[in-house]
Amino acid sequence: MTFEPKILGFLCNWCSYAGADLAGVSRIQYPPNMRVIRVMCSGRVDPVFIFKALLTGIDGVFVLGCHPGDCHYLEGNYEAEKKFIMVQKFLKIVDFDKRVRLDWVSASEGARFAQVVTEFIESIREQGPSPLSGESIDQELFNNLKAMENSVSSERIRALVGRERKITEVENEYGEKVPIEEFNTIFDEAIHDEFVRQRILLSLSTKVLSVKDLAAELKLDPSEILENMVKLKSRGEIDYQSIDGNTPLYMRI
Amino acid sequence: MSDKEEEPRIGVFVCSCGSNIGGLIDVKALAEYAKTLPNVVFTEDNLYTCSETGLAQIKNGIKDHNLNRVIVASCTPRTHEPLFRDCVKKEGVNEYLFNFVNIRDQNTWCHQKYPQEAFEKAKDLIRMGVAKAAKLEALENIIVDATPTALVIGGGVSGMTAALSLANQGFKTHLIERENELGGRLKTLYKLFPNDQEAQILLENLKKNVEGNKNLKIHTSAQVKNIEGFVGNFEIIVEEKGNNIDLTIGVIIVAVGTSLFTPTGYFGYDGKIRITQHELEDKLINNDVKAKDIVMIQCVGSRNDERAYCSSVCCMTALKNALILKENNPKANVSILFRDLYTPGTHYEDYYRRARETGVIFIEYSPEKVPSVEENQIKVFNEYLGEDLLIPYDLCVLSTPLVSNNDNKALAQMIKVPLEENGFFLEAHVKLRPMDFATAGVFVCGSAKWPVDITESISQGYAAAARASTIISHDTIEVEGATSFLPDYNKSLCTGCEVCINVCPYNAISKNEDDEIVITQVLCKGCGVCGATCTNHAIIIRHFTDQQILSEIFAYGGKEV
Repeated sequence: MTFEPKILGFLCNWCSYAGADLAGVSRIQYPPNMRVIRVMCSGRVDPVFIFKALLTGIDGVFVLGCHPGDCHYLEGNYEAEKKFIMVQKFLKIVDFDKRVRLDWVSASEGARFAQVVTEFIESIREQGPSPLSGESIDQELFNNLKAMENSVSSERIRALVGRERKITEVENEYGEKVPIEEFNTIFDEAIHDEFVRQRILLSLSTKVLSVKDLAAELKLDPSEILENMVKLKSRGEIDYQSIDGNTPLYMRI
Repeated sequence: MSDKEEEPRIGVFVCSCGSNIGGLIDVKALAEYAKTLPNVVFTEDNLYTCSETGLAQIKNGIKDHNLNRVIVASCTPRTHEPLFRDCVKKEGVNEYLFNFVNIRDQNTWCHQKYPQEAFEKAKDLIRMGVAKAAKLEALENIIVDATPTALVIGGGVSGMTAALSLANQGFKTHLIERENELGGRLKTLYKLFPNDQEAQILLENLKKNVEGNKNLKIHTSAQVKNIEGFVGNFEIIVEEKGNNIDLTIGVIIVAVGTSLFTPTGYFGYDGKIRITQHELEDKLINNDVKAKDIVMIQCVGSRNDERAYCSSVCCMTALKNALILKENNPKANVSILFRDLYTPGTHYEDYYRRARETGVIFIEYSPEKVPSVEENQIKVFNEYLGEDLLIPYDLCVLSTPLVSNNDNKALAQMIKVPLEENGFFLEAHVKLRPMDFATAGVFVCGSAKWPVDITESISQGYAAAARASTIISHDTIEVEGATSFLPDYNKSLCTGCEVCINVCPYNAISKNEDDEIVITQVLCKGCGVCGATCTNHAIIIRHFTDQQILSEIFAYGGKEV
């Protein structure tokens, strides 16, 4: 049987949803692989939604908003873009970023809607079924995406992405404008750290493990694991459970 | 509303839309499929759900089966949601408990060669719609009273025009002028392009109308001291001649105009024989120009690193004044040194042509080699000749930009509207909403946005008045119930991080005196960005809640994760 991609689209009410309607009114044909969730603004798309969708085994997620400068809500699409870039940064860690896409379609671009949707469906078709679809799923990938979902749900990551435009385009609390490169460096580090921490938490929520066990499981350097465990312990999220010889074993609180 | 606790009883109506839907996919089978979904107690297919018959079927369905949620699977919510919402509302079901599933515009019309796939897609979409419907909550639209009174800040030509227009429409209007008389920049001008009208005659006529209008209250030597509240209900303190007055206002128009730029240090400006274009107007009013050799220099202090913008009025002012000088004294030599000349449209280009015919000399200079003004002559490098030209002068006129007012920032903070980088007021959208601010009920016109001429100031004054009257011509302001919301039970989640305040384009979110986040429902437009950004998931986006959207995702994905 040929693979038919299962695609979820988030469409903003004012531009891309209207563009999709126009494609219909104009009888422009495109493959029937996408299901649409209508939101008022692409900026409504919580990064959590994208991870949840991928975790269910949906093969690709498409977010469509108004063209830059044309947002019905003035700047919602810029906020959508910042969140989307963050989602991609996470997914890149596990080489899954090509399964999500953000694009702009105006209310008058029926043909463009059909075109970008067709292209996305074809791109997913080439990538093949999601390893999270079907009966037997890739559990390691599932855990990684789950840790990412928890990361984008975390206060630290949300605060960073929520402040990005203010910090880099206006000014921060101290009246300084942070160059985007500098912000990105901080952000990339935060993304990496938060992912590792959420991954550790996920593993420790079902098992009691040592730093070495975790390093093996997550395929990371033990020193990096330890560093993040110290943070998690100070945050009161994990604790020693027992000592195996000289090796402390940790658990999630 | 009690619907929240009530067990969902969902009715699904599948529309055939003649053959638009039913011609490709089996709507009866879809209705049968819908019956198998959780919480669905009644389904039906209709030839045209939007017809009288179809609407009656919905009403009967609600009555006979005690439905508390209604789904129509049909064309698109963008055209038909209001109709169906109204229909269910009449039958006692809250309009927000209606959900639309688009199986025509985004399905049968686009997959005409794939009936089986389109059928499967319709099933998925209905399943997602049912999942969301089960989570829908009843909402009420928010209605607030609107005070039918306007406040216009700035008594220049644009502000006077706006105020007069509103007053003539019957709205009580307060016009605030900082100086002790009305007029603004117009007071200081001689003749106006494009038809050489006497500025003072225009002003006198306008003032006469303004001062004679019984709906219009003029406050001179007055300034806005404080603004609180929101659209329809602004509480404003105005200081007039040292006394504070309290005003309750429905809409605000910002028409504060610009300030003049004094070009100290530019081209030996001395205010005597090296003066600004504006000072030349004053000399023309007083018939005080004796000079025979007049050189004008354009773009003095504008279109540079410090002020990147074009002041837009200076080319025309220079042409107009050059023509007046030539008319007053045809023997006078008038030269204009320019970087680029902007004379857009039919009337303005005509000025340029006339100026050339009259013998005004135009010499281009480049910003890299600006003219140097010496004691009795001006040296300007001519690119074409590749050498300096020496032009004698006894009057040098510098065309300086109009600049933003120093106190714009204070006013902008009071009204909670943004300024652009040069300190001018920034509209909501340059093309889609040019007279509006993002903040509801506040508008802008004239040179407060960027320098514009008198013609444009008048047009914008009318435009802002028209926009403002769309609000105060109603007794109340009704806004959709689907807004962002911070429920009491989520207040403990709020960390006070203020990202929601940062991302809200409408200033609908603020902190109260107890440092708590408050969402002013009437200002919220329901975009949902704050909810998607909230660092601790405290804000709920009504009608598009996390739970509702996740239920759609899971219904499609086939499992909850």
